[in-house]
Parts: sequence; structure tokens; C-alpha cells
Amino acid sequence: MDYVFLIPMLPLLSFLIILFTRPIYKKAGIVGTLFTGAAFLCSLIVLFSHFAEGNYIVEANWFSLDTVIITVGLEVNPLNALMLVIVTLVSFLVHIYSMGYMANDERYATFFSYLGLFTFSMTGLVLSPNLLQLYMFWELVGVCSFLLVGFYFYKPEAKAAAKKAFIMTRIGDIGLLVAIFLLFWQTGSFELDVIFEAAQAGDIAPSLITLIAILIFVGAVGKSGQFPLHTWLPDAMEGPTPVSALIHAATMVAAGVYLVAVTYPLFSVSEVAMTTVAVTGGFTAIFAATIALVQTDIKRILAYSTVSQLGYMMLALGAAGYTAGVFHLTTHAFFKALLFLAAGSVIHAVHEQNIFKMGGLSKKLPITATLFLIASLSISGFPLLAGFFSKDEILATTYGDGRYVLFAIGLITAFLTAFYMFRLYFLVFSGNSSTEARESPSVMLIPMMVLGALAIVGGYIQTNWFGTFLGDWLETTPYSITFVHHEAPFWLPILASVLSIGGIALAWMMYVRKTTSIKESNERTGLHELLYRKYYVDELYQVVFVKGSRVIAYFWMYVDRFIIEGGAAVITGAVKRFGQAGVKLQSGQVQTYGTVAFSGLVLVLLLIAVLGGYF
Amino acid sequence: MSSVPLSAFLVTALLLFCMGLYGALTKRNAVIVLISIELMLNAVNLNLVAFAKYGVGASIRGQVFSLFTITVAAAEAAVGLAILIALYRNRATVNVDEMNTLKK
Repeated sequence: MDYVFLIPMLPLLSFLIILFTRPIYKKAGIVGTLFTGAAFLCSLIVLFSHFAEGNYIVEANWFSLDTVIITVGLEVNPLNALMLVIVTLVSFLVHIYSMGYMANDERYATFFSYLGLFTFSMTGLVLSPNLLQLYMFWELVGVCSFLLVGFYFYKPEAKAAAKKAFIMTRIGDIGLLVAIFLLFWQTGSFELDVIFEAAQAGDIAPSLITLIAILIFVGAVGKSGQFPLHTWLPDAMEGPTPVSALIHAATMVAAGVYLVAVTYPLFSVSEVAMTTVAVTGGFTAIFAATIALVQTDIKRILAYSTVSQLGYMMLALGAAGYTAGVFHLTTHAFFKALLFLAAGSVIHAVHEQNIFKMGGLSKKLPITATLFLIASLSISGFPLLAGFFSKDEILATTYGDGRYVLFAIGLITAFLTAFYMFRLYFLVFSGNSSTEARESPSVMLIPMMVLGALAIVGGYIQTNWFGTFLGDWLETTPYSITFVHHEAPFWLPILASVLSIGGIALAWMMYVRKTTSIKESNERTGLHELLYRKYYVDELYQVVFVKGSRVIAYFWMYVDRFIIEGGAAVITGAVKRFGQAGVKLQSGQVQTYGTVAFSGLVLVLLLIAVLGGYF
Repeated sequence: MSSVPLSAFLVTALLLFCMGLYGALTKRNAVIVLISIELMLNAVNLNLVAFAKYGVGASIRGQVFSLFTITVAAAEAAVGLAILIALYRNRATVNVDEMNTLKK
């Protein structure tokens, strides 16, 4: 356990080495992969030694302010250990994949250095035992996301997307920062365990805890692309596809879910905060799923699917399903990373992102097609694959928690998910193809196969049939969380399976057999247009916030120009006029002076005479 | 002699002074202005002499003062005329309106 520090340090080292040896850039991929692979091995060792040794924490004093000592440290508990493995595994696989995908890129070495920095930040974030350290890494992760989304900075869309991603998450970060301040104000500490003890002992007023929890959730909303701060995530697809897989599907966006899970003891104290989380999650899940139904860009569909699935995780956490949320986070990391990598493989082969311009690729790209199918089945909740178990867990939790409306939303979302995933699959892979395509190199296929295997078996760590290993293990968390177990009603897995297969079947009828009367036409009308335009949220933000702040800016500009500058001009003008009048008085004519002086004397004398009473 | 009252002298001096003042302030010709200044000085002299003869504490002192004033006035007139001639040589004018070089 004492070498936990290696896990963030190895990727950092990789980042530094690549940064300073960029001239010999051909080796950057191998260096990055080796270091991240080593970090993954360490994470595995830490995971297994956690089974044997339990929780671990090491802290050192950083600095002190008066009596408050600020510490830095590393903590390993079940949640951390699991996240470490997910992050380093996906990062490692993405490193390998990128050696193939980015091979011809001019900034090959830079790309790998950014990946190293990201892995460092994410593992650092996960290992933080206090909120201050967590916040620092939280921001670092945001910076990496900015750098990688804007990796193709010569494209204006990529530049705009990078800025948007940074600014939108920043809005959420303010919530988190304020929450941290409030917690420090209340408890005088950034340490998670001190804070949780204070919260559960009732040292913080209940209304304040609710406020703090919601502010933390605002941070999570920004990072995890929940409504209403979700708009940056689909735009972030401008980054290279391996980045989309690593950051915007599997790891960074899960940081928001992780944050809620880490601060779960705070949320569990406040019923209002829990409901907020559940409702936001549920709404986001169905909202993003409906948008994904009609999008035409392969990566954007996957992006909205990510938003929707993250909403699912939030829904689970809000419905007191700590295990369910973390479980879905885990399985989602596998199949969503696989979906993105497979999509990247397709894009790599055909250089096209519009799914209506593809078709019949299953013959040209058999391995990619198979893996994509596995991932699609898994995310759709097809029986016995990873997504099936985690989705069932979430639905069971929501049902057991008595949130029936959200439960229904979850079911509908599951159906929609199956439909849009297979709409995508059938449009891309079935039918006849006219495009030229060659299967990707094995350096890209092997990581996908690993993820494919995990997308199949990943669900068996938590099932009602073989044992709830994950749940039992997560309960050894050092913080007191009340774990609620809800037995899923017997009909639930059946209903979920029926919905999932129904969605697939509908997609098959619409896009393969073309037997249904419903057709997706090119002319979008009504609801179709509304969904295609993503409910006009971007346009709304454009009008309300961008134009709104511009109007306010113009207003103040005119106030500045006419009222403030005008006022200054009036004053200076008056002084100038006064001076000019003075200049006229000073004519240099002694006689004029004499006349004025004499008139003055007469005036003074008259005044004295009148006021002095001489008349 | 005693039939002429003090006020008569004072009124004469006042008139003389006003004439001088008027001339000094309005005339454009520098020579006239100088002459007007002399008039004002003489009005003062007249006052001094009148008070020396008919004032409350009448004494010879007033007459002494007026002698001084006449002397100084003569010197002043000489200097004034000298400046005037110097100016006339430089600017070819005796018009006071054009003598405004100090302004600049």
C-alpha cells in the first residue's frame, strides 16, 4: 500500500519526460503506454491489497494557517480503488489505441503528454482525502479536458468547443468551490472524514447541509454534463476520438458522479438534496436520450448517450443507490469507452462521421462491427451483458425507493437507449456498402477486444444470482453510509429485457426491414426538428446568456460613454471655458485694469456707504 | 482769504482728480495719459496744501510733502517720457492700445 503514490506519479513522470523530449517524439507513445501500464499494474495491486488489508490513508502537513493545518495525502477506500483501476485501465488501453489512431498526427508527442497529465490529474483527484486537494485536481482535470478538446486548435469549431467546455464546467465549479468554503466555515477542516462526522453528528444546520450538498451537486452537474450544463459535452466531441473515449465517456465525466459518491454521507443527511440529484439525473437521462434518437453524427449520438447514462447514475445515487450508481459507472466506463474506440475505428476507416453516409461496414470491418455490437447490446441492457445488470440495479433501487415516476422514466430511457444505439448500429454496419474501408491495425483492435470482454463479463461483480461482491465490498468504506438493499421484483429484469429487445426490434424494423410506416425523412418537421435541434437549448443559451450579457455590456458601455465620460467632459469643458474667459479679462490693457479697479473701488465704497448706514 | 472754505479746495481737487482719472483711463494717446496722471498728482498736491492750511492739525508739514510729490512727479514724468520715446522708436506708435507686449 505504501507505493500508492506511484499511481499518480508514473503518469506525471510520463508527461514530464514526453514534454522535455519532444524532439524524439516517435517514442512518445511507447513511453506513455509503458508508464500508464505500470500505473495500471500498481492500481491492480492496490485493489487486491485492499481486499486483504482494508482502507489505507497517509497524510502529511502541507502548511498551516494559525491553528488550521492543511494536509495533503492519499487515501484508498473501496470507491477510490475501483476508480483507480477504471481510470488507469481505460487510460492504458486508450494509450495503446492512440498509437495507431494518432500515428500520422503532427503533434503525436504532445497528445501523449496531455494524456499523461490527464491520467495524473484524474488519479490524483480520486486519491484525495481532502476537499482542497480534490478541488485542485478537479481543476487540473478541467484544464486537460480543455487542452484535449482543443487539440485540433486550427479548426474553429474545436477552439469554440474547448472554450465552451471550460466555461460551462467552470460555472459548475463555482458551486463546488462555494460548497467547500461553506464546509470549511462550518467545520474548520477540509478533511472528508472530519466533515462527514460533523454532518452526521448534526453539527451543521440541516438547511445548510442541503445547501452545501446542492452546491456540490452543481459542481457535479457541470463536470458530468447534466442538464442544464450538458451542452458542452456533445461539442467536446471535436477532440480526437480516443480523448472522447477516455475523458468524455469513461473517466472525467464520471468525476461528477464520483464526487457525489464521495460526498454521499452529506447527501444522505438531506432528503431535499437526494431528490434534487435523482430528479436532475432522471430528467437528464430521458432528455438526452430523446435528443440522441435523431442525431446524425456518430460521435454526437454517443455523446448524448453518455449524458443520458450519466443521468442514470445520478438517478441511482439520488435514489439512495450508492452501489447501483458506482456499479453503472464501472460498467458504463467499459462499454462506452469501447463504443467510442469502435466509432474511432470506423471514422479512421471511412473518414466520415455522418451515419447516413455510411452503411454495410460489417463486411469491411468485421472485428470493429462485432465489438460495436457487443458494446451496443451491453449499453442497451441486453440480458446477461454488463449493462443489463447495472441498469437493473438502478431500476430496482429507484423502484424500491418509491420513486415511481423516475422509475417509469428510467424504463422509457432504457427503451430509447436500445432504439438509438441500434439505429446507429444498423445505419452504420448493415446493408450494402459502396465506401472503401480497411480494418484498423491490431494496435487499435486489441484494446477494443479487452474492453469488449469487460463489457460482457463486467456485470458479474454484482448480481442477484451469483453474489453482490461489489456492494458488499463498497460497504467497507471508512465513512458511515447507510446501505439500502432493494430486492428487485421478479418481473423487473423481464420487463427491462423486453423493453431493451423491443427497442432493438423497432430499430431493426425501421432501418433494416423498413417495414414500419414510420420513416425517418430528410425533411424534419415538428418534434423531429425540435429533437434534432437539441430542444434549442444552445439557441436559448445564446439568446439569454450570450446576447443577454452583450445587451447588458452595451448598456453599460453607453452609460460609460455618455454619462460618465460625458460628465467628465462637462467638468473639463467648464474649467476650460472659465479659463478662456479669464484669458479675455487679462487683455494686457493697463487702462482696462485701471477702469476695473476703479469701478471695483466705487462699488466697494457704495456698499460700505449703503450697508454702513451713511445714507 | 478766509472767505474761501476748505470744501471748495477739496471739490476743485476732486474735479481735477476725476478729470485726470478719466483721461488716464480713456485716452489712447500715451502723452495725454501721462499728462492726465500729472493732473491727478496735482489734485493730490492741492489736497495736501489745502489741509496744511485749513486742516484740523494745520502745519507746514503738508506743504513739505507736496514739494516732495512735485519733485517725484517731475522725475516720474521724465522717466515716463523717456520710456515713451523709446517705445515710439521701437513701435512707431504712441497709442496705448498697442502697447501690450507684457501680455505675451
